[in-house]
Amino acid sequence: MPTRIEKEARPDSLLLNMGPSHPAMHGTIRIMLELDGERILNSELEVGYLHRGFEKTCENRTYFNLLPYTDRLNYVSPLINNLGYVMTVEKMLGIEVPERAQYIRVLMSELSRISDHLTCLAAMAMECGAFTVFLYKMRAREFIWDVIEQTTGARMTTSYIRIGGVKADLHPNFDTVLKKAVDETRDVLKDVHGLLDKNKIFLNRTRDVGNISAEDAINFGWTGPCLRSAGVYYDVRKAHPYLIYDRLKWDVPLGERGDNFDRYMVRMKEMDQSLRIIEQAAVRIPQTARSHISGGIEPAEAIRASRRRKPRENINLSPNLEGSEEFRYRDITASQKGLAVPPKENTYTTIEGLIEHFKFFMSGHGIQPPKGEAYFAVEGGNGELGFYIVSDGTDRPYRLHLRAPCFHIVSALEFLIKGRYVADVIPTFGSMNMIGGELDR
Amino acid sequence: MEEKEILKRLRFKFPVEVEDSAVSLGDDVIVIAKDALLPVATFLKEKAQDYAMLLDLTCVDFRGKEPRFEMVYHLFSLSRNIRLRLKVRLSEQDLWIDSLTGLWKNANWLEREVFDMFGVRFEGHPDLRRLFMYDGFEGYPLRKDYPLRKRQPPTRLRD
Amino acid sequence: MSGDKKKRPPAGQFITTQFNSLLGWARKFSLFQYPFITACCGMEYMSMVCAHYDFDRFGAGWTRFSPRQSDMLFVVGTISQKEAPVLRTVYEQMTEPKWVVAFGTCTVSGGIYDNYAVVQGIDKIIPVDIYIPGCPPRPETVLEGFLKLQEKIQHQEQEWRWKKKKS
Repeated sequence: MPTRIEKEARPDSLLLNMGPSHPAMHGTIRIMLELDGERILNSELEVGYLHRGFEKTCENRTYFNLLPYTDRLNYVSPLINNLGYVMTVEKMLGIEVPERAQYIRVLMSELSRISDHLTCLAAMAMECGAFTVFLYKMRAREFIWDVIEQTTGARMTTSYIRIGGVKADLHPNFDTVLKKAVDETRDVLKDVHGLLDKNKIFLNRTRDVGNISAEDAINFGWTGPCLRSAGVYYDVRKAHPYLIYDRLKWDVPLGERGDNFDRYMVRMKEMDQSLRIIEQAAVRIPQTARSHISGGIEPAEAIRASRRRKPRENINLSPNLEGSEEFRYRDITASQKGLAVPPKENTYTTIEGLIEHFKFFMSGHGIQPPKGEAYFAVEGGNGELGFYIVSDGTDRPYRLHLRAPCFHIVSALEFLIKGRYVADVIPTFGSMNMIGGELDR
Repeated sequence: MEEKEILKRLRFKFPVEVEDSAVSLGDDVIVIAKDALLPVATFLKEKAQDYAMLLDLTCVDFRGKEPRFEMVYHLFSLSRNIRLRLKVRLSEQDLWIDSLTGLWKNANWLEREVFDMFGVRFEGHPDLRRLFMYDGFEGYPLRKDYPLRKRQPPTRLRD
Repeated sequence: MSGDKKKRPPAGQFITTQFNSLLGWARKFSLFQYPFITACCGMEYMSMVCAHYDFDRFGAGWTRFSPRQSDMLFVVGTISQKEAPVLRTVYEQMTEPKWVVAFGTCTVSGGIYDNYAVVQGIDKIIPVDIYIPGCPPRPETVLEGFLKLQEKIQHQEQEWRWKKKKS
């Protein structure tokens, strides 16, 4: 079936396909260009090459089960997607999360945001030819992922932020590893500023390329760093503050011209601000009352002993459950029953704990928000990441829709590259930070 | 309160078309008739109300109920920092609605997505075709009667 | 091959087996990869290629973004039904000898996406040599999978007589 551009193209122009498998296409987008020499007369985008049926799958999973699917949406900042989804469900349930869990969520979100911006700019710079910047930023990202892995258990797709709080408390060694990551990131950012900010080649490729005015950006539905690069002051964390963002001091960097260079600078400055937020949150986080207790009896023995009465000794849980022991629960999860997996010690030793465990996971039981709908938005790496959930009272969402920020940003690409050269497509597209998982869902 | 004021203003300007309005979990919601979508949206985009951004546009399939589909629009006013949810119910036999591409440019792709996933036609859309699914895909995947695992591969698969 | 040595093969066969091993050794340490990246596994791929987990020390650091110039197809990330013809085309454009590595569970078996839009494993489209599971696999897992591929390349019958590989 001929595409729109094939039907509309002039007979003497060249049709070039920047196909779905292209190094600079971030995976999975197809840009068809109608060229006159090197100038783009017209273009058409084809998306959907990574459509994985997220929304339909979510209608067939329980609220808890679909958490891993949310990780894989904007896969460069997975914790923020987790957060967006979880806060929408919490809005429907009307629950409040303990303060320490809120601080932990903010820390993890900001670490994710930094790794998102690092990846975006690294890819953009690499595609413009600055391979060193890519290697430097990936190095910084490794340190950040070390921090995330130490607490959550996984480098990327963590499913750590759960309904009611978080899965586990911070690792006791968190502050040391965090300090290392923050220092390394600051070094890398300083180096990259030195490499790219006044670099003639980079400026020629990105200054005044891909300009967009503030009115156009708003009309296209842009949010996030791309909108802020056009000079519009809108950040969901400041406009509709959630968690503890209103208690911390940080700024929102703005650009002026809305071109590629401004998008690059806004992201670089946002990383500085995120580091500021992380440092403040790491200092102000409420301390846990008790420290990590070690030693104890094995679970099998505890189960046997609990037949008579609940054992008073500590139980040696598996290393996977480090951080989610029972005494931590009041810091990391909301106190209402049925929201989170009950503490393992209770499951092993009391009948109520066992029943609660089963009811949490059984089909037909578990988390059942009241009938209704809710929309909640968080500030994702690309902009306003909103989740719209319609609930019919059962344990599965009736409809779950994601407001993907990069969907709106990428829909403006055809408008931005018209009349430009082919080589301008690369930095323009790179600075938009298209993430296939979020765009195509 | 500022939010409720918009609901009152809408009810005053469009007494017939606004079917219902509510504040649900802190969000303002209005339900309007199908024909009123374009006038209400134009009114909301004017400087006085200043809903300059169309945040989102989606559809929900209430299979078994009449009217079956419900279009949901999320609008956002940057200057006043408030959101609004607009809902329009569509029946299966009459599955079309006015397009908002004249007012907000991102409605283009959003409406193509809804057409692809649900089959709703948009009157006045410049280029209504499938967005996510490939050419030759039959059916509308997000409808409740489309089975989750029904596969229609475009190329022949090996075994 | 060890059986051959005991029976004292004719001189010609000895030379060809040695040449076979030499060619295997040369091929396994100079693979040009074509990263067909679609989704989240791409992030772990990027980590693997960069300084911390350095893929270049195996000789496979250079990515060749053209199917004609590469001999290893790294399929990274979910392949949807829409992408399947593209993958098939890219595979067919690659010249012999070629190897395919399925990186991540979505390519191995469809992963967590069992629905209308995702191909349940790329071996339904193209023949696969190595499967690396994980969602996403850690870079160390990928490197281990790559070492297995290198072993496979070393021990396989090399095509230097222009015979067609059985698909």
